[in-house]
Amino acid sequence: MTVTAAAPARVESHLNPPPSYDLADHPAPTGREEVWRFTPLKRLRGLLDGEPSDACLEWDTTLPEGVTLSTVTAEEARALGELGPNERPAALAASLSGGAALLDVPAELECDEPVVIRLSGNTVEDLVWGQLLYRIGAHAKVTIVLVHTGAARYCAISTFVVGDGAQVDIVSVQDWDDDAVHLGRDAIRVGRDARVKHTSVSFGGDLVRLHANVEYDGPGGEAELLGLYFADAGQHLEHRLFADHNAPRTSSNVNYKGALQGQGAHTVWIGNVLIRKEAEGIETYEENRNLVLTDGCQADSVPNLEIETGEIEGAGHASATARFDDEQLFYLQSRGVSVEEARRLVLHGFFADLIRKIGVPFLEEQLTETVEKELAKNMLAAPGEFASALEGSA
Amino acid sequence: MSTLEITDLAVSVSTEDGPKQILKGVTLTIDDGQTHAIMGPNGSGKSTLAYSIAGHPKYEITGGSVTLDGEDVLAMSVDERARAGLFLAMQYPVEVPGVSVANFLRTAKTAIDGEAPKLRTWVKDVNGALDRLNLDSTFSQRSVNEGFSGGEKKRHEIAQLELLDPKVAILDETDSGLDIDALKIVSEGVNRFREREGKGVLLITHYTRILRYITPDVVHVFVDGKVAESGGPELADKLEAEGYESYLPVAR
Ligand SMILES: Nc1ncnc2c1ncn2[C@@H]1O[C@H](COP(=O)(O)OP(=O)(O)OP(=O)(O)O)[C@@H](O)[C@H]1O
Ligand SMILES: [Mg+2]
Repeated sequence: MTVTAAAPARVESHLNPPPSYDLADHPAPTGREEVWRFTPLKRLRGLLDGEPSDACLEWDTTLPEGVTLSTVTAEEARALGELGPNERPAALAASLSGGAALLDVPAELECDEPVVIRLSGNTVEDLVWGQLLYRIGAHAKVTIVLVHTGAARYCAISTFVVGDGAQVDIVSVQDWDDDAVHLGRDAIRVGRDARVKHTSVSFGGDLVRLHANVEYDGPGGEAELLGLYFADAGQHLEHRLFADHNAPRTSSNVNYKGALQGQGAHTVWIGNVLIRKEAEGIETYEENRNLVLTDGCQADSVPNLEIETGEIEGAGHASATARFDDEQLFYLQSRGVSVEEARRLVLHGFFADLIRKIGVPFLEEQLTETVEKELAKNMLAAPGEFASALEGSA
Repeated sequence: MSTLEITDLAVSVSTEDGPKQILKGVTLTIDDGQTHAIMGPNGSGKSTLAYSIAGHPKYEITGGSVTLDGEDVLAMSVDERARAGLFLAMQYPVEVPGVSVANFLRTAKTAIDGEAPKLRTWVKDVNGALDRLNLDSTFSQRSVNEGFSGGEKKRHEIAQLELLDPKVAILDETDSGLDIDALKIVSEGVNRFREREGKGVLLITHYTRILRYITPDVVHVFVDGKVAESGGPELADKLEAEGYESYLPVAR
């Protein structure tokens, strides 16, 4: 049973332009556009020129019993409910990928083991267009973990169509080599009374710019968008969230936390929430916290709430960027703990609640370790540590 | 053995109008096993003295010396001072979100002893220390001081004192904000510490109340950044009766 009209009127918003597969609707950005102004376009290495390429990432998948992976054409992906591109990279990926990977989780299948998809690239010279479609049937329960490693210029459009009453945990880990470029759009359609948790974990890459968009296919859907990132010297990590409350009694909860260290480390967090007229009784909260560990870093954080109905349960946001708290460090040091160890503890504490919230036990320990390694890391440390740590235990 | 010797200590803080002198030559020696009480009005510099000994970066030492068993405390980093045997129970203990009390205590104990405590006895020790301070065992899983009531924070400081077992403890208004039951519990904790061999205590307080439970060897009246008078426990009785009035500069 669907309650919303088949095609709810789209609100014109320059932050969230209507979806279109037509490349003419997505001209190459100049960098002055609101949605591109934080992104260093030069470091995209020509990705937005839209050159065809048939290079691929290497796939290594672990699928629980009953879950299937197949390939469909781009047209079939659309017919199966792919959510259209809102910007040029996603539109390019849809038109140049040459077909989509389709992951099917049948209705009512409850997976005890996670779906694990490891994608790795060989070299940043490779230009890779990706198109992925995940169909999670009604009342299914599944955890999907994607791990990106190696190097490539990777641009992907991904869609999660989540059936009524399903429960889905999605974790996307970006543990790229230092020179990788990754533009990704994850769009999620949350079924009636379904619950979706989407987590982005970004450590590696020269430039990573990811969208996590959520919309609802009926009332009662719950979405939690989590993120954890750690930018080192010279890295640009950008996370753009969009919760489109297009159905009543839906909820969205956004919580992103990041740490920055080293000259030129740059993070961007954009949290857009749109509450449409029909979205009565919804609840939304978004939060972004950044911990700046050294000089020379920049953390941009922009929450943005558009409200078209007054009939809401709650809407709020918080955004804060801070340095290490000297009083916390002093307190710990006054108990004999060295300053390095004190920083480690405070950072660990900063991320701890978020790591616990991700709710994927086999990732928790690795994430904690990776965070600590990042902190300990000097400029020359080897990337890919997260993925190899994962290998050992998954 | 533990002797804390403070000689002519001068300390300033930086303000918008330049440095401001807070401590103006503090001299006192806590001999082996002694408890000294420092009493003084608000703003006289008591916390400044405590923080300066512990090495808080906000305070600039402009003169004098502090030694612990002859070692130059002022030359040490904050954590070195703690490892040398100094402990500061803070007037306002700091919240550390996301770091559990259990993790914090284990990390601190490991740092101070130079090796990790024996797992089996340690858990018992922690639960015992918390229990004696009337903090139930769920506290060990909570974030350090986060959401603790004022009294719980103070009791948590004394639990740390028992577990970390320093040579000299500086207690900065550990008694303030405690109801009478909590005051007794905290005092008992401090007295258990004092019973151990050769422990020194510098008890900073605003009120004489706590001195009914913890009898000091020496009482110092602290006014305007220095010791105005020192004496035995009877000096506390005099302060109780007369207040700080007679020590203050005759204003107006
Ligand atoms: N940054 C600062 N700028 C100006 N004055 C300061 C600064 N920091 C501390 N002071 C002053 O130093 C003095 C001593 O403060 P301190 O906290 O040591 O007093 P105290 O004796 O512990 O008082 P209380 O009984 O209220 O705890 C106070 O007058 C305080 O205002
Ligand atoms: Mg004080």
